Amino acid sequence: MAIDLNRKPRLAAGCRLGENNQQRVLLMPERALRLNGPSLEIVQRCDGKHTVAQIVADLQKLYSKAEPRKVESDILGYLELLQKDRALDFVA
Amino acid sequence: MNSTSHHPLALVCELTHRCPLHCVYCSNPRELAARSGELDTSTWNSVFAQAAELGVLQADFTGGEPLARTDIVDLVRAARRAGLYVSLITSGLPLDEAKLDALVSAGLDHFQLSLQAATENIAEEISATKTHAQKLRVLDWLKSRRVGVTLNFVLHRRNLHQMDEMLALAENSSATRVEFANVQYYGWAFANRALLLPSRQQLDEFMAKVKSAEEGLRGKIRVEYVVPDYYAKYPKPCMGGWGRKVILIAPDGSALPCHAAGVIPGMHFENVKEKSLREIWNSSEAFQKFRGESWMQEPCKSCDRRAQDFGGCRCQALLLAGNAAATDPVCSLSANRAKVDAILESLPPPAAAAAPLFLYRANPN
Repeated sequence: MAIDLNRKPRLAAGCRLGENNQQRVLLMPERALRLNGPSLEIVQRCDGKHTVAQIVADLQKLYSKAEPRKVESDILGYLELLQKDRALDFVA
Repeated sequence: MNSTSHHPLALVCELTHRCPLHCVYCSNPRELAARSGELDTSTWNSVFAQAAELGVLQADFTGGEPLARTDIVDLVRAARRAGLYVSLITSGLPLDEAKLDALVSAGLDHFQLSLQAATENIAEEISATKTHAQKLRVLDWLKSRRVGVTLNFVLHRRNLHQMDEMLALAENSSATRVEFANVQYYGWAFANRALLLPSRQQLDEFMAKVKSAEEGLRGKIRVEYVVPDYYAKYPKPCMGGWGRKVILIAPDGSALPCHAAGVIPGMHFENVKEKSLREIWNSSEAFQKFRGESWMQEPCKSCDRRAQDFGGCRCQALLLAGNAAATDPVCSLSANRAKVDAILESLPPPAAAAAPLFLYRANPN
């Protein structure tokens, strides 16, 4: 499932950020994902306001020492994973 | 989550054993807790706070029917305030739109609606109530509310042929997740086993359909399923391991490692009215009993899969092998597997006979 760079991901109903013992987590029905570093930066931007392209640009700035193409492909891969888990909706 | 974590991740809250339905496979114990012995609101609130403190992420409100508690909205609010992700596992009644709005406003994260079938006639045969139309209304109300929705279909030989209709119900709802949960045989289901266990052919047809649905709905609805483990080659990792991920609080405040643990003779369960959740989790006899691997017998003890399935289910070992520390008898490596095969071989063909003579779940006092 390809991720469209122009669309705006947001967390699906039933999915939200949570925290326990200083560990940020993505809470969803019957499961939870630990969020660290880049995964937290990505999920925090899945707010229905940032396009995928903006998230990519933000993280390329944040992780400026990393290869930009690699940052982009990592982000797309992670968003695809979240979409497969049904944790995201995409708004136009 | 991390497999080495030493704190529970989920708190299963059996708020009450009262329920308007009488499902023939209910996972509640045959001995139901009376209303008069149910924990009060403030004790539950303390349990939520202790659970969050202990590292629990999710609270699953179940029962019986959790909506039978008149303080359900307050309980949702308190669990959410304590920092927990709150799921309501419900039959969808008693519920109206105002109550649903109150639950969502109180912070309910996830609404899991159980369905007994895709049609009223079979749903009624299973639950001895007319509730299917109400469930369809609830699905409709949920469409305009922002809350996670799961549909949970409980499957067995009387409704497995309705997979297509069940999928259609899910696709026409706002669910992001659907569970096809074949009945597991404990409690009331154990008593009704011969009438509920599907045939091998039914199971094969189910597997083909559910796998294709999983593929076809990817990105739209997360499809999850549980097979009847009597047909499995290896046992399920029951509860993700005994005393490893889940703590269950019964309506009277007893803390159990799983729904059915009460069937194991000689077990003593501590109560949250007397001990802290941390103390119960860390050192109570019940939670230590089958934790880790030291209790294991052969073939589990030296088996490569022991860290994967934890020897299967202790309650099933008790029910089928008469020994809670034995290898789960559904395992193909178990010396007792022949008992399970004999049960499967003795099943009548799943003919569309008149409603069988089920033992219906009773209600507590």
